[in-house]
Order: sequence, then structure tokens, then C-alpha cells
Amino acid sequence: MLTFTLSFTRLRAQFIKEVLLVLRDPRSRMVVFVPPILQLLVFAFAATLEVSNVDIAVYNQDAGRWSHELVQRLDSSRFISHVRHVDSQRQLHELIDRGEVIAALAIPMDFSRTIAAGESGRAQVLVDGRRSNSGQITVAYLSTIAAEVAAEVTPDAQVSIPVLVRHWFNPNLVYRWFIVPGLAGILALFSALLITSLSIARERELGTFDQLLVSPTSTSEIIISKSLPALAIGTLLGLFMVSAGVFLFGIPFTGSFGLLLASLVLFILSVVGIGLMISAVSMTQQQAILGAFAIGVPAVLMSGFATPVENMPEVLQWLAQAIPLTHFLIIVEGSFLKAMPPSDILASMWPLAVIALATLTMATVFVRGRLQ
Amino acid sequence: MQTNPFVAATPKSESEDTTAVIIEGVDKHFGKVQALRDLSARIQYGRLTGLVGPDGAGKTTLMRILTGLLVPNAGHVTLAGYDVVRDNDAIHVASGYMPQRFGLYEDLTVMENMRLYAQLRGMDTNRNADLFDELLDFTRLGPFTKRLAGKLSGGMKQKLGLACALMARPKVLLLDEPGVGVDPVSRQDLWRMVQALTDEGMAVVWSTAYLDEAERCESVLLLNKGQLLFDGPPQELTAQLEGRSFRLEDVGSERRAVLTEALNLPTVSDGVIQGAGVRIVLRDGAQVKQIQALADKAKVRLTAVPARFEDAFIDLLGGGPGGTSALAERLSPVELGSDIAVSCRNLTKRFGDFTATDNVTFEVRKGEVFGLLGPNGAGKSTTFKMLCGLLKPSHGEAQVVGHDLRLATGEAKSRLGYMAQKFSLYSMLSVRQNLEFSAGVYQLNSYTRRKRIEEMIDTFVLSDWLSAAPDSLPLGLKQRLALACALMHRPPVLFLDEPTSGVDPITRREFWTHINGLARKGVTIMVTTHFMDEAEYCDRVAMLYRARLIALDTPDALKRLAANANRPDPTMEDAFIHLVESADREMESAE
Repeated sequence: MLTFTLSFTRLRAQFIKEVLLVLRDPRSRMVVFVPPILQLLVFAFAATLEVSNVDIAVYNQDAGRWSHELVQRLDSSRFISHVRHVDSQRQLHELIDRGEVIAALAIPMDFSRTIAAGESGRAQVLVDGRRSNSGQITVAYLSTIAAEVAAEVTPDAQVSIPVLVRHWFNPNLVYRWFIVPGLAGILALFSALLITSLSIARERELGTFDQLLVSPTSTSEIIISKSLPALAIGTLLGLFMVSAGVFLFGIPFTGSFGLLLASLVLFILSVVGIGLMISAVSMTQQQAILGAFAIGVPAVLMSGFATPVENMPEVLQWLAQAIPLTHFLIIVEGSFLKAMPPSDILASMWPLAVIALATLTMATVFVRGRLQ
Repeated sequence: MQTNPFVAATPKSESEDTTAVIIEGVDKHFGKVQALRDLSARIQYGRLTGLVGPDGAGKTTLMRILTGLLVPNAGHVTLAGYDVVRDNDAIHVASGYMPQRFGLYEDLTVMENMRLYAQLRGMDTNRNADLFDELLDFTRLGPFTKRLAGKLSGGMKQKLGLACALMARPKVLLLDEPGVGVDPVSRQDLWRMVQALTDEGMAVVWSTAYLDEAERCESVLLLNKGQLLFDGPPQELTAQLEGRSFRLEDVGSERRAVLTEALNLPTVSDGVIQGAGVRIVLRDGAQVKQIQALADKAKVRLTAVPARFEDAFIDLLGGGPGGTSALAERLSPVELGSDIAVSCRNLTKRFGDFTATDNVTFEVRKGEVFGLLGPNGAGKSTTFKMLCGLLKPSHGEAQVVGHDLRLATGEAKSRLGYMAQKFSLYSMLSVRQNLEFSAGVYQLNSYTRRKRIEEMIDTFVLSDWLSAAPDSLPLGLKQRLALACALMHRPPVLFLDEPTSGVDPITRREFWTHINGLARKGVTIMVTTHFMDEAEYCDRVAMLYRARLIALDTPDALKRLAANANRPDPTMEDAFIHLVESADREMESAE
């Protein structure tokens, strides 16, 4: 006989119970409320790839016009807070050693003279290799400034700038424009994953899961009642981050909101299935939390949030296709910046639907499997 | 008697002070919870002292204060001449402590555990090979030195714990509930070892919630809610009850009705079912007249029986609860299609190559109280879970009210009620929300739901606690709430998994009053228990041992099997040991 029977009364009772459990359990509450605020602050304000507020040391041995020009430009540059003037090469090294400056510029005595003679002036740039990423970006900024000075030296000459990059969709390469839409997906992923993975494990610890299993309620009802609160909370969190992107950071939202919402729901459903599977095999809440992170962190790393999927080995690229976040990131980033046409969104939506169906079915099998 | 090498020289002669532990005015509270209240007592060398009381009485707190693991808020404790707070280091040398939970490493072998323990004590393991041999010999763990501690049975774990606690040759040995999770056979072994140690002059403290264990101690400290109720030999306490304990013999099928009637008599303080009989304790100074009249009416014999320690404990607390179950009063008699409520045939469950339940077959009649009894790991729980549909049998079948639970539809499941060990309630929900949830999950319509919830609140007197969290309730109320949740949908069959473990005897009696009431209305009760005297409440008992059903009969018939010339009136525990030993012999000869 088919056990797929649904009763509204039973579902309602379980749904109320689940919502109360999530909201009253301090652990769940932390999962729901702390990460959004924390991530909003950390990712959006602190974790950025732009370099700003750095100090630069300058050892200027040249008293000429061009070195003066160069130092002035450094001084007025937005990314440098202070230009530290030193009198010896040794001091220069010390400042870098102590990490007080990220880069140092040593201008030789004959700098202006060489330029006046029509040759190109040379200056030494020392960069703190311990901060290689920011260091490289700083070097790039410094070269830009040097090029500007060069343009002034020979205003008529065709200064050869080898590549001129124009960034589409994010012309100023504002880092937040890229990170905030992605965060909407990651936040929704973790909250839904943790809420569901705690749900069965919590009841098992309390001993109430057996109580539930001997009652007439069916596995499908258990799955549905445990999915709904996570679905509601995950969707709300996702929308919260989307609106933070639009209203707080002023990121242009150019796509279709309806399609984004539909994909968000599909995305969370697929995560709920994974969470319930973790919960079904965990004996304690501690195991469930570990399980959720063991699945969640690699999923984020492979989703294309940090590194492009196309750069991964082929096997991992295939695996990445099975991660719901991969598809959702395409949709959410597309909706924000690209005005992604509905046909493209649908192309990423159907894999989400397939994954959701697969994980929820597997979750049902896993939960039922606990009866063996 | 040979001298025991594990005991350091302890004062034995009469002239020396024989007091091992002096407790003076000890107070301990955790936040608002008062765990111990102005407690003063003395514990003597060469004696087995029982620290007796229900869960939450303060036994473990006192133990931990004695070992210097907790500092009392007020008062002093001196152990072997050392103050437990000031001379904390000396206490660890003078005392051996065996905690309630297995305090050793499950992933190390027996030998590795002992070595580690010795090294932690700063002992040279190579030079102490003799000591190890003696300890292994004493605890009979010799053949198992290479086994992982986690793979030992409950009894063997306790023995290993004991071996480690004895390693430092303590003067005072503190055992925190060593009898829990240990089958009666291993328990006897532990008694024997402790006896040998006290004979050599060691002071041994044995804490227990089982009141029958108290009777075996030479001296008893009886605790309840952090207060010392009695200090002295148990016989002294039971002697006060002399002439107040009686038994109505062979009452038979009417015994539940007779018990109810007896408990409602003003002269009766306490009563329990004992097999086919009813055991009664009269109030202090009460006449036997009323109970004699009851015996005459039921046409049964009334005999005086010796008082038990439990009688005395209940009496100290002011007597047991009344005999009428307000719950059962409200129920209408159960109608079932068939006479068989629960049945199983060739029920077998294997986990890998381990057989947890092996070919078990029995039938339970409607309105019967049916007990599943057995030591830990005997397959009691597994069998029980298959019967109520929580586990699928590898072989054979189980039916409840004519439905096979493997194919259990909601319909079949709605005919059974289930109360899990430690009352599984939603601690995050309030009392009312718990009631509402169980009403909802059993699909009661909104009218019935409201009516039943009000009924349960009324019956179990929960109205003052409706918005409280279940965890904040006193144990007795918590149990009532769990029972209310399990009975919300009026199931004809009720499954109870160790319903009264860790519950004080008064609460346990109240619980059984309800169960008896339910059984009289025709509700079939399936119960697992490790309280031997609780098995006496059952109509029939199925005894499981090593996954097999080794006996199935009425409690009286099982007890008769163990009767002999020296033991004309054996207890359930005697019966159990007898059955297990003969099953062991049979299995050995079969191999």
C-alpha cells in the first residue's frame, strides 16, 4: 500500500512545532540570525580585494622636478593614506620589515636628470612579499601613477599603454557588486542547511523522533513539515541580502525579480534535501553541524563564488554542476548586473529543479531507511 | 580469611578511631537548586555503607564532595583524617572513586586502561605486575585483558572500573551507582568483591537508587531531596514497620481491583501488586480490621510478611498515593475485534553478524500487562522496537491489533500509544504546546482536540504548569505529561519503554496506579523494565537473555521455578538469576 498520505491536521501540528523549535532553540536561533548580520558586515565592508588605506615609504635622493612630481601624485592618490619620507635605504628596509608600509619607492639621485636628458628615469620599488596579493595590486597602482607622470613628461608622444581594459557590467570593478549577490546565495545555503540538518538530529537527541515515528504521521509529512520552516527562513534571508544589495549598496538590479524568487525557492528546496539527508544519518546535533559544514564549505568553494568553475579540472567541473549553488550564483549574479534574459535564467533553473527533486527524494529514502 | 593486598593498613582495632568519613553540616546548591541541605553523618571503616535515594536526591553530589571534586557551600568533610577541601591532594590518594558513567577509555584495552590509570597515579607499571595480576584475578577479568573496554558488558565495565579504583590501595572506596546497567548475575559478583574489601577493613560507600540494594548494606544513609532521612543499619528502619506489612495471597485476576480498594482505605499507607498477591503496608498505629474485611470479601487469605526497606522509605515520606486513577475513570472500556492485542512469530533481528533478537514468538491478550525483562543487551529493546514498528525485523513478523507494522499505515499506528524512556517531550515547547502537538499529530479534529486537552489537564492536574517548559517540571509531573501525550488518542495498546527508570518510588506507584486502571479498562500494556519488583505488576513476563526468549510465564510461576528448601519465597531477582544460570548451562551444553 502507498504510504504517501497527507493529513492537514497532522501537518499543521508538526509545522507549528518545527517553527517553535527553530525559534526557541538557541542553537537554531544563532544559525538564523547571527550569520546574516555578521556576513553582511564582514564580507561587505572588511573582506575586499581592493587595496586602500596603505602606507608607502619614499626614499627620494633626487631633488629634481620629476621626482617631486611623482611624490606629489603619490601623496594625492586615494589608495595611499600616508607617504613616509625616509633618509636612507636602511630605514626603507626597516619600515617594510616591520610591516608599516606595504611598498617602498627609492628614487635615485639622477632620476630627474636622466629624464631631462630624454631617457627614461628608473626608480626602485620594494614590495612586501608577505602580503603578495595586496602588494601586486599596489604595484599595479604605482605603475599607473608612473605612467601618468610619463605622460606629462612627453605630452605629445604617443604613450604606449599596451592594454586598455574595459570591464563590462561592473565598469568600475566595484568589489561589492560582485560579492553581495553571491552572499545572498551563500547565506540562504547555510541557514537552510543548518536548520534542516539540526532538525532530525535534535529530535533524536531528545528521543522524540521515535515518538514521531510510532505516530500515524508519514515520512512525507515529516519531510514536508521539516522543510517548510527552512524554506521560509532561507527565502527571507536570501531576499534580505538581495534588498541589502539594492538599497544599501546601490547595486543595479536589472533582471526579473519573479524569476529570481522562483529560483531561490528551488535552490533552497535542493539544499533542504541535502540537510535532511545529513540529519537522517547524524546521531547527535554535533554530528549534524559538522556534517553541514563538511558539505557546505566545499560546495561554496566549488560553486564558482571564489574561483571560476571553468578553471577547475574537468572532473570537478562536472561535480560543480551537481552543486545547487553553482546554478543559483549564475542566476543571482545575472539578475543583478547583466539583465540576464529569461531564457538564460531558465537554462540554469531546470538543473536546480532536477537537483531539488533528487535530494528531496533521497532525503525521504534516508529518513525511511532509519526504520530498518 | 586471606589478607587482601589492595587495602593499605587501616585502623582495625577497637581502640583506634574507626570513623573513615566525617560529614558536618554540608550544604551544596547549584544556582537555585539545593542539592544537599545541612547534612551530617559518619561513615565507618570495615563497613559497607549504602548511600540510598531516588534520582536527584543528592547522592552523586555528596560522592563528589567526598572525593574533593566539588567544594561544599557550607560545612566540612573529613576523609581518612584529611579535610577534603584543604588537603585535596591527600584525598585523591586516600580514596578510590568509581564514577557513575564508565570513566575509562572505551578505545583502549582492559590492560591499557589499567596501565594508563596506574601511570596517572605515578606508579611504575613494570614493578607492579603482581598488583595487576591480583586485581585481574580479583575482578575475574584475567581472560579479557586484550579486549577493548568499549566491547565489555555492563558488568565487566564496572569490574574494570573497580579494578582501577582499587589500584591506589585506597582506604575509602566510593562507588557511584555501580549496580546500574549491570545484570543481576554480575551484580552479585560485585557484592561479593565489596564484601571481601570491607572484611579487610576498607570503608566502602555504595550509592544506589534501588531500595532492595539498601537492604544488603550494613549501614545506610537515606537521602531524599538533599536531606538525610535516616542514618543507621537498614534493619533498624524496617524494624519500625514490624507488624504493619501484610499480603493478600492468590488474589488472581481481581488483584488490581483489590489493590485499588485497599489503597483507598484510610488505614492503608502503601500497597503494590506482587505476582498474584497484593502487598499492603498499614499506617502507623492502624488496625488490621479494615484490610481483614477486604480479604474476607475477596475470599482470600491475609498473611503477615516481613517489612521491606522500601516500605520504610515510603512510610518516611508519608505513604504512597491513592489507588484510584482519575485517568482510567474517564475511559470507556476498550473494544477490540480480536482477543489478541499484540503478537509476534519467529521475530528475528540481525545487525550485521550480530543477532539482537533470535526467533522470539509470543502472544499478548487484550487487557494484559505484559513485561519484557532482561539484562542490558539481551535484546529487550530491539524486540520492543520491532513490536511497535520502529525497527523492521530481519525475519518473522509482529502484529499489533491485527496489523502488520512493517506495512503499518497511519491507521494501525494510530491504535498504539508509545512512551519512551526518559519521557521524550519537546523541551522547547511549553506543556500546553506539547499536548497540542500530540493531539494534532494523531489527527484529532479541533473539537475533540480541545476537549481531550482540557480533560488531560484536568485529570493530571497540569493547569498551573501550562506555559512552563517540561524540563522545569518536577519528575512526577513530567511523567504525567508524557503519559497524557501518549494517551491523547486513546490507544487500545500502550507501549512503555523503561517508564520508571530513575523515578522515585512514590512517583512510580502513582504511575502504576494509572497503568493498573488502564489495564482494568481493557487497555493492553507492553512494558520493558529492569526493576525486578516492577515485573511483579505484570500479568505475564517474557524473560529475554542473549537474544532468546528463555522463559514466559506469570511472575509467580517464574518465582516458583527458583524456589528450593533454602529459599521458599524467592524474589523476582532470584528467579531471574536462576533462569539465566540455567540458560547459560543449556547454551554451553548445546555448544
